[in-house]
Amino acid sequence: MKNFSGKILFLDRSDINTDEIIPAKYLTELTKAALKPYCLEDLSIPGFDPKKDIEGKSVIITRANFGCGSSREHAPWVLECNDINLVIAENFARIFRQNMFNCGLMAVQMDAAVIDDMFRTFAGTDAVCSTDMEKFTFTISNGKTEKVYPFHIGAFDLELVKAGGWVDYADKKY
Amino acid sequence: MGKTTAQKIFAAHLIDTPAEGVSVLSLDRVFCHEITTPIAINDLVAKGKDRVFDASKIKAVIDHVTPAKDSKTAEQGKTLRDWAKRHGIKDFFDIGANGVCHAIFPEKGFVRPGFTVIMGDSHTCTHGAFCAFAAGVGSTDLEVGILKGVCTMRSPDTIRITVTGKLRDGVYAKDLILALIKMLTVNGATDKVIEFAGPVISDMSMEARMTLCNMAIEAGATCGICYPDMTTVEYLWPFIKDEFRTKEDALREYSRWLPDADAEYVRDITFDASALEPMVTFNYKPDQVRTVREMEGTPVNQIYIGSCTNGRIEDLRIAAGILKGKKISPNVRAIVSPATPKIYAQALDEGLIKIFMEAGFCVTNPTCGACLGMSNGVLAKGESCASTTNRNFNGRMGKGGMVHLMSPATAAATAIAGVITNSPLFKG
Repeated sequence: MKNFSGKILFLDRSDINTDEIIPAKYLTELTKAALKPYCLEDLSIPGFDPKKDIEGKSVIITRANFGCGSSREHAPWVLECNDINLVIAENFARIFRQNMFNCGLMAVQMDAAVIDDMFRTFAGTDAVCSTDMEKFTFTISNGKTEKVYPFHIGAFDLELVKAGGWVDYADKKY
Repeated sequence: MGKTTAQKIFAAHLIDTPAEGVSVLSLDRVFCHEITTPIAINDLVAKGKDRVFDASKIKAVIDHVTPAKDSKTAEQGKTLRDWAKRHGIKDFFDIGANGVCHAIFPEKGFVRPGFTVIMGDSHTCTHGAFCAFAAGVGSTDLEVGILKGVCTMRSPDTIRITVTGKLRDGVYAKDLILALIKMLTVNGATDKVIEFAGPVISDMSMEARMTLCNMAIEAGATCGICYPDMTTVEYLWPFIKDEFRTKEDALREYSRWLPDADAEYVRDITFDASALEPMVTFNYKPDQVRTVREMEGTPVNQIYIGSCTNGRIEDLRIAAGILKGKKISPNVRAIVSPATPKIYAQALDEGLIKIFMEAGFCVTNPTCGACLGMSNGVLAKGESCASTTNRNFNGRMGKGGMVHLMSPATAAATAIAGVITNSPLFKG
């Protein structure tokens, strides 16, 4: 299982699409690693600078409909290349969410009120998320405040995360 | 309780339920293109699993950047080409025979009512126009599809949209789907299938139904579905005439995919299209939609007619009808890309290409290129494009560019005026 803990990148906008996560012009790259420098390149949110703000982050917390648009799996890949294996959002576009779990990454849906609370309490601070895959909790802390948020993922999604992806799972079973 | 169309297709293809609400389906078609497939192929090779489940059910095309623009895209094409050859994939469409995937695959008769289809492309929902369950997936799902002929899907709820009334002259499937996306919002149909029903859909050609289903993903939908009728059968007849004695027999067989009368919908919407006007997007989300009237006079730099949404012969006929004997504004440049070689040849035969060229259009070969800012019509920073494509995301057609989505009729009228304007076919 991959690492799902670390410093948090807060992206305070809904409908962040896969063109913003990784522009189409980079889809000609032949390796996943080559995508690394272009993560969130076309995302324009006031105060967000992809050149500075991604480095060292391992978890994204964002709003609704994250990963909408194109089916490109390059979107989860570019996050993974940048050591971001966990995205927490109000909800996700279907293909992006499936792509995350297929790669053994996590796309975790939380109620809007909980996401709001995370933003209110921790956005703009150096917050760290520590993920417990046995108790299914996120413990978020910034040194001053610490909060524990229980989460849920589907049984099949969890199997994919544990197996590290869908290819080996399917080849054994079907 | 009765079943929706998607529930019927799921039931007929179900091979496993690994968890509640998760279905593993057998696949009738796995479609491939050169952007998302090579990585799946390379991964299969690296894993020592370079196999295909059934070469006759896999169809492949080089369409996104073609002819190749650089060494990297040449390598992507080569990977797909070599793979198709070594596995005996006969339906592989290369330069000279290639077209935009969601235009060429239906044209070849590869999709039938009741089929399950996946492709590493979000606009795979287009094929729902044939009453198939067709969904875009990522490269890993595609990889497993290629290897095992299966795909996992959450069991989908269905939204039914019954479109009543009659479209006015100069109003098209594109205007309708833009209005519906505005109503649903960009994630209003996430994880759901949309069934398009009602007299307006029944009146539509297969081309128009494909335009409609193509953009279901822009409301987040897994697939858009139209019901099979005589229009579906007529379109498919050249490919199915040996399977059925009569067209009526074919329709009877396909009708088993119609939803049951007591099927349950999560939303059941009726939309009266009688007052619908030509629509256009503003800003960077496909649910940011206004009437063309509201956007009248907005200057643009480029016109683009093409793509899996609106690059079919019907679209070219409509646009050429407006452009005939006219010139594009000196303030714009204009590009038309017939979506397949067949459409290109047909447009030549019908004199449409000449009309486009005399009006001042550049006619390109069939390719997806400009729609996603990869080639053949990329915008510069600060430029805007009146486009018949499907996405107006920030940077979609080029970094710093703006895309206004619209019908081919509106795009043609806009090319002449140099600013966004209604087509003369729409009488207001």
